[in-house]
Amino acid sequence: MALADARAICPDLATRPADLAREAAALASLRRWAGRYAPMVATDGVDGLMADISGVPHLFGGEADLRDDLQARLERAGLHATSAIAGTRGAAHALARHGGGIVADGQLAEGIGHLPVTALRVDHDTAEALARVGLARIADLTHLPRAPLARRFGSGLVLRLDQALGAQAEPVAAEPDAPQFGVRMTLPEPIGLQSDVMAGLARLLERLCAKLARHRMGARRVRLELRRVDRGTAQVEIGLARPMRDPARIAVLFAKGVDEVESGFGIDALRLTAPVTETLAPEQIGGGPTIRHEDALADLLSSVGNRIGFDRVLRLLPATSLIPERSFLLAPAAWSTPEPIPHRAGVARPIILFSPEPVTAASGTPPARFRWRRMRFTTLRATGPERITPEWWFDDPAWRSGLRDYWRVETQEGPRLWLFVTPQSQGAQDGPAPVGPLNWYVQGEFA
Amino acid sequence: MRSDLRMQTGPTDLFDLRPRRVHEAEGRGRRAFALFQAERHPGPLVWILPAYVPELPMLRGLPRGVGERLHLFRPVGETDLLWCIEEALRAAPVSLVIAEPEKPMSLTAGRRLQLAAEAGRTTGLMLIREGAGSNATETRWKCEPVASTAADSTLHQWDLNKNKKGTSGSWVLNWNGASAAVHMVSEARQRHEPAGTAR
Repeated sequence: MALADARAICPDLATRPADLAREAAALASLRRWAGRYAPMVATDGVDGLMADISGVPHLFGGEADLRDDLQARLERAGLHATSAIAGTRGAAHALARHGGGIVADGQLAEGIGHLPVTALRVDHDTAEALARVGLARIADLTHLPRAPLARRFGSGLVLRLDQALGAQAEPVAAEPDAPQFGVRMTLPEPIGLQSDVMAGLARLLERLCAKLARHRMGARRVRLELRRVDRGTAQVEIGLARPMRDPARIAVLFAKGVDEVESGFGIDALRLTAPVTETLAPEQIGGGPTIRHEDALADLLSSVGNRIGFDRVLRLLPATSLIPERSFLLAPAAWSTPEPIPHRAGVARPIILFSPEPVTAASGTPPARFRWRRMRFTTLRATGPERITPEWWFDDPAWRSGLRDYWRVETQEGPRLWLFVTPQSQGAQDGPAPVGPLNWYVQGEFA
Repeated sequence: MRSDLRMQTGPTDLFDLRPRRVHEAEGRGRRAFALFQAERHPGPLVWILPAYVPELPMLRGLPRGVGERLHLFRPVGETDLLWCIEEALRAAPVSLVIAEPEKPMSLTAGRRLQLAAEAGRTTGLMLIREGAGSNATETRWKCEPVASTAADSTLHQWDLNKNKKGTSGSWVLNWNGASAAVHMVSEARQRHEPAGTAR
């Protein structure tokens, strides 16, 4: 039914756009749960699950009891689902989408014979062609000779029919679970010494890193959960400056956090997880000095980032903007790589930049004399102006005063300063001809 | 003796910081001096400045090849700052650590940094306020920009006030902030100065 029709029937209809990603995630978690009924569970389309329950039903007291149990649990969870048990994958698929139920062993043809042919997972055109010749139910097809059927409607139909009736094998292809990077250790006696915890951590790290290596992943964050005997938990989490799976180097970063843990009456369980991972291809270790230097630098960034915060360990990256403040980016070093800086000819730029500081007692353009930071300066030489206009597509509060004329002012006292004036803001205040002294600011210092 | 040998190798070697030691620079031109040294140290650079300091290095104005290698640490608080300096000095791959401590460093802190620099084979340069130096420093430079009469020269006066293993000195030179090369302005002046220029 189209949405417009539905709204015409029921004006108060509440509608929400489909969130396919979250639906798929919900189905995936349901698939994990369905593992309690069968070792092999696969998603079946976007709205179904397929489980191979061979050898399982007697654990639940028979197929009917298993299905009742499944339905009851889903019902309790608030999910409306239909389930079917049949000897083949195709038959179960067909029956589950048309009422559900159980097809007894050896009675496949009778069990699904009454279903329409669309239940056979055939495409729309084939189903329409079948309907046109009067073949509406699966039972109508089973007695027909296969060769003419295949010639007329394609081999796909015959394949699906064979699969539903068990003439053609079709296994349940359960996709592998996403690897879960977590290891744990339970101790018979509680421990309390820092060295003991570090020893336990070393063993866990070895296992975790082996698992990471098997999946070619590297950890970006590693979390250690310590369970005390009084059921309290302590948690130590570290970040890494780049994906890593070297047990010794990760263990060093835990030392400070483990030192601060209150062990109470003792710790009897450790759990180590890597919540954030990234792909990390196998690489040469202990090779040339370059690799060792890179590793050591990453270790430094990790340890500093864990103490002062990764957002305070920065790197300068070039940006495409003429605005001085936005001509470079301060990016966290752990999440960026150094970029080559394009060498740009043109007007020299200061080595040090700060937010604009107004100068006082400025006289003339450029000012012959001015005061800045309680110091008196006399201009020896001024180069400029270099006009920089604000980027109109950004609303930057600092640039609301309009365009700026930058001057490089060499002072008699020594410092070479980067001054600017905002002619537009002055014009707005005093009319077209500026009467009062212009607003001068210092924004940088040259070498 | 050692400084005499170094004198003979060339004029720019005068400004080589002794490796594996921590040095200090003060004055208005200390950041320019730091960048001059940064260019002469190949390898990763670390600049540690407290989070409240508004003065940031501007990428486009830095000497060539410095911006890519530069790492900026911005810790909050003096303890974290000192910890960062020590950690960076201890890291072997870092070639030069530039730091701006806010308070005068105690002898203990200065000595610890010297030990860290020795352990990590790293050179350190503290950009200090006037007179806020530590006694443990290897050399102390006073750097001031100097006004010049010629249009395209950027003069600096770099005074070596304290030197544990050599003599002090005072130089006026022309460094434009882009290349590693400097031009000494007045060699004669340096020769005729009395031995104990400052302090």
